[in-house]
Amino acid sequence: MFSGFMINAWTIATVVAIVAGVVGFFVVLRGSAFPAHAIPKGAFAGAAAANLLGINALVGLGVFAVLAALGIGTLGRRGRQDAVTALALVMMLAIGAVLLSRSSQYEPQIYALLFGEVLGVSTTELLPVALLGMVCIAAVMLLYRPLLLSSIVPEIAEARGIRARRVEMAFLLVVAVATAVTVPVVGALLIFSLMIGPPAAARSFTDRPSLALVLSVVFALVTVWAAIAISYLSNWPIGFFVGAIGAISYGIGRVWSGLRGAREAQSGRRAGLAA
Amino acid sequence: MQQLLTSIFEPGFFSSEPVHVALVIGGAAAIVSAIVGVFTVMRGQSFAGHALSDVSTAGGSGAFLIGLSPLVGFVGLGVVGATTMDAIGVRRVRGRDLATGIVLGGSIGLAALFLYLGTTSGATTGATQQILFGSIFSIDSSTIPLVIVFSAVAIAIIAALYRPLLLSSVSNDVAAARGVPLRLVGLLFMAALAVAVGLSSLTIGAILSTALLVGPAAIALRLTARPGIALLVAGVIGVGVTWAGVLLAYDSYYWGTSRQGYPVSFFIVTLVFLLYLASGLRERKG
Repeated sequence: MFSGFMINAWTIATVVAIVAGVVGFFVVLRGSAFPAHAIPKGAFAGAAAANLLGINALVGLGVFAVLAALGIGTLGRRGRQDAVTALALVMMLAIGAVLLSRSSQYEPQIYALLFGEVLGVSTTELLPVALLGMVCIAAVMLLYRPLLLSSIVPEIAEARGIRARRVEMAFLLVVAVATAVTVPVVGALLIFSLMIGPPAAARSFTDRPSLALVLSVVFALVTVWAAIAISYLSNWPIGFFVGAIGAISYGIGRVWSGLRGAREAQSGRRAGLAA
Repeated sequence: MQQLLTSIFEPGFFSSEPVHVALVIGGAAAIVSAIVGVFTVMRGQSFAGHALSDVSTAGGSGAFLIGLSPLVGFVGLGVVGATTMDAIGVRRVRGRDLATGIVLGGSIGLAALFLYLGTTSGATTGATQQILFGSIFSIDSSTIPLVIVFSAVAIAIIAALYRPLLLSSVSNDVAAARGVPLRLVGLLFMAALAVAVGLSSLTIGAILSTALLVGPAAIALRLTARPGIALLVAGVIGVGVTWAGVLLAYDSYYWGTSRQGYPVSFFIVTLVFLLYLASGLRERKG
């Protein structure tokens, strides 16, 4: 399980999990689940285009992801953002459908783009992914305070001169870069599971943002590592385990926060009685 | 005149059986999607509407695996997914999007598994692509009656709920003050949404399902503020773009020399997208 080509899989999965944990934390905090689903899924068309033109898939993914982010960001200013996101997504998928109909794409390749191919990562792919991943983390760290403020208390952020729209746009671009990093590894559909499940679970365990961010990365790492290990042993697709572990950890988080809420309510009542 | 007509409707358009089926099923799906879509857009549940198409796709691939009718899988898992979304995240809008995301993530995992098992256990060339994109031209005409029945169910739910649904879509607080049972209305609406989306993803594919659900409704709601008129406008736009898209896709076979048509979803989605942009221009002036 830890020999030869598997080393690459473990390394790249770790990079992906860290990026997904950090970016996903803000996705959950800002309630941007839909753009976080739409950008990678739409960028899938970019990989198809790259394949058709014979260029690096990373370039196609990156270009389409940035286009999707810009489209959602600009069109979403007027009109309803969720409707705009849906329309931008279907437009890119339709372009993808045309490109796929033009190429004699081999079926398993499409499956791999959608659901990931972590075991087939080569050493030459590691460096660009690691670099882009670092860019992503650096951008989030740079934006940390304005992002946090405008996500939790938009009014205070506005009063301090933080432009909500610029922050939103910058954040969508970060999601786009994260997409380019992660899609070739875990697939256009599963990166979404990884950006939502672990951070959502992390938030149910603590209210402190910095601690939740760390927890989110830890959960994402555990999810990916466990998914690779189980997938290696069972020969079932890794995507299934990422999705399942994500949903289960969220479920545990919900039960935990439910219990905590009940306990606090009870101790509150006791305090009330004592007083 | 004759020449103009034949250049618009390439030979064989009106006598082609797949075209007839595409026009009927596409039209029916467009009307149901437009009606449910107006409420979906008003309630800000486009994400749920899109997610349900992926959820029902997972159901479809699961049904395919165990040999059930795909319709059962599509609508069945769609309704289960919608109920779960409603059950785990109703309190706030953000919580709702998160709940949608969790259900979506879980079902994508299931879809990965089902497709993997399906492709290793038997020959299913093109299954992934078929499930992802669907094809309006490859519908079996025997599914028409079932599609009509399920469409009627979805429309009946909306019609029965019309007033309370509208009220709660415009303002939750007003609806609550008037004694509208919000949980029940929300749950029933999600069920109608699941049926409509499941049907349309089965017949016309996941892309068009979302495009026809959100597109015409979003355009109509930009053009008019009156819900009744918005329903009508959305329906007309939905059917119009679908039929125009089918025609263009059919004609595209005769474009150029390659004798290779373009996918119908591309035309329909492009028309929807352009109309949405155009409606924005009008809104700005008005």
